Amino acid sequence: MSEAFLAILKRDLALAARAGGGGELALVFFLTLVVLVPFALGPDLNLLSRIGPAILWLGALLATLIGLDRLFQGDEEDGSLDLIRASALPLELAVLAKGLAHWLTTGLPLALAAPLLGLLVALPAEAMLPVAGTLLVGTPALSFIGATGAALTAGLKRGGLILPILVAPLTVPVLIFGVSASNSALGGTVPFLTPFLILCALSLATLVIGTIAAAAALRQAD
Amino acid sequence: MASLIELANPTRFMRLSSRLLPWFVGAAALLLAVGFYLAFFVAPADYQQGETIRIMFVHVPAAWLALMFYSMMAVSALGTLVWRHPLADVAQKAAAPIGACFALICLITGALWGKPMWGTYWVWDARLTSVLVLFLIYLGIMALWRTLDDPSRAGRAVAILTLVGFVNVPIIKFSVDWWNTLHQPASVFRAGGPTIHPAMLWPLLILAVGFTLLALALHLVAMRAEIMRRRVRTLTIFEAERLDRLAAEVAI
Amino acid sequence: MAASDAREDALALTQISYPPLTLSAEDLACRRGGRLVFENLDFTLGSGEAIALTGRNGAGKSSLIAMICGRLRPAAGRLRVTGIGDAPLMEQIHLVGHRDGLKTALTARENLDFVQALLGEPGLPADEALAAIGLPHVAALPVGYLSAGQRRRVALARLLVSRRPLWLLDEPASALDTASQRMLVGLMQSHLDAGGAILAATHGPLGLEAAREMRIGP
Repeated sequence: MSEAFLAILKRDLALAARAGGGGELALVFFLTLVVLVPFALGPDLNLLSRIGPAILWLGALLATLIGLDRLFQGDEEDGSLDLIRASALPLELAVLAKGLAHWLTTGLPLALAAPLLGLLVALPAEAMLPVAGTLLVGTPALSFIGATGAALTAGLKRGGLILPILVAPLTVPVLIFGVSASNSALGGTVPFLTPFLILCALSLATLVIGTIAAAAALRQAD
Repeated sequence: MASLIELANPTRFMRLSSRLLPWFVGAAALLLAVGFYLAFFVAPADYQQGETIRIMFVHVPAAWLALMFYSMMAVSALGTLVWRHPLADVAQKAAAPIGACFALICLITGALWGKPMWGTYWVWDARLTSVLVLFLIYLGIMALWRTLDDPSRAGRAVAILTLVGFVNVPIIKFSVDWWNTLHQPASVFRAGGPTIHPAMLWPLLILAVGFTLLALALHLVAMRAEIMRRRVRTLTIFEAERLDRLAAEVAI
Repeated sequence: MAASDAREDALALTQISYPPLTLSAEDLACRRGGRLVFENLDFTLGSGEAIALTGRNGAGKSSLIAMICGRLRPAAGRLRVTGIGDAPLMEQIHLVGHRDGLKTALTARENLDFVQALLGEPGLPADEALAAIGLPHVAALPVGYLSAGQRRRVALARLLVSRRPLWLLDEPASALDTASQRMLVGLMQSHLDAGGAILAATHGPLGLEAAREMRIGP
């Protein structure tokens, strides 16, 4: 059973590495979003550095959502999903493996790139680690909330447009606590640990809820 | 033009490029060695900017090459769409990562120079920002190459994207200038002659030529690799089908 | 030749027979999008038996297969399996649907290794399975490089890398030339000899002597 789990994880990682999968595109999209914001706000570094964590979090959120519709769609189109259904591995664990692969190829690189992109918005040095840290523990929540949406839209041709609409409202808590934990490093009354631990809890909870919901959605697919 | 048509034959290109390559590499190595020696040991430090001025010796050629490679890609795009030159999309595909690399070098050296000068790694000044946008366009083109599987279809799609980008580059440049003018005025090619001290100008020019030759050598290598990659792909498919037919005949 | 060795290996493997199993449908009906596709369908499929499922396009051949896979719920009636104890039906099924279920970016070997790890009950190693279907030379090629017929055969090689008693095949011979069709008949025959069962949706004749034809739909 763990063999099947690892097989799905390994295959999705190999696919991401080989076919120019969503991960690197998400990274480029993240960079593009962060570059676009100053064009709208103006190049005022003081302003940018104050809202830097918010820009980075919004960028990471949108970059995660943008490719998520492909999470199950590829497997649905070519029939691989039928194979996964026929495995002895419970569908929930298959979803977990796919979600984990998605996070490893999307969320993790986004979190690691965040300090570098922080330079563009003049993020103060003391805020870089907190921002990267909150993204590191917060992006799994985005992947797994998104997995539910991806499962619901797996069979749809236009899933790409509808998915962010379905999923974005559900990501509000993650955004609130992610940004507020990052901001606490820039000063303010809230200590870092309070929102950070809530963020961790959100991630763990969505890991469970998202997997179960996505598996249920995939079972209903037909 | 005749030589261009002869070059269209990939076999001929492979032969010619293998003969040219050592000269390019040798000349680039020589010029870079001389240029860097002059830049680091002979050229004086700037009276205002101090030793950091030496970053310029890499920064300026990189910026120039990032632009030049994009122009080359635009010409190649025309070659793909208008003249249907069989090597054009190979040239274009090979140029994209090299151009992106020089744009990135330009950005990184700019940031390193900015830290002591402006007190921060990044300032949204017009010229750096334009290079950043150019870098994004490069990434988009590379992403499209990777996403489309079939080389000939991808070649035409990327050619269209490249030309659209090319038309947009001056508009982007103008808009960004409008958005923010903070940088010092251009100082190498000015109507009233260069204001830069000759002791600095010479190493800069030598390095610019050296980097250009290096970039062209890299471009040749990348084109050769791409041609061989396509050959391997085609031959592999042929071989699989041939063995398949063979096996079928044996079975009968 | 390595290929014929592998073919013998495949035969040797099928000598290990499956425990007997019976799949039966009672008064089965299928409804899709409000439309009644078929109803009052009864059949029994036992070990060593094969059913060639025929009918017009849209008669519900693929729907029946989806139903056995548990992807579609019967509108009426039920499916029953006996002989497998408590194990779920899903884990007895080997499906080659009308889509090949292959990842074009991965090599043929990687695709088969994945299926073996996913489905368990390992049978032949991937390379030997490819040899058995006459494609030993494509093991290291990305599936995207292969022709439609070659892809179909790689999909059929899946049946050999994991041992499951109930084969569900949807148009297995599509895109196959005559030699490959003969190869497929050989594979199915040895599966039946080992006590497996086959349900195949097909347009043409299956080529198996033992196969019963079952026509569904109007």
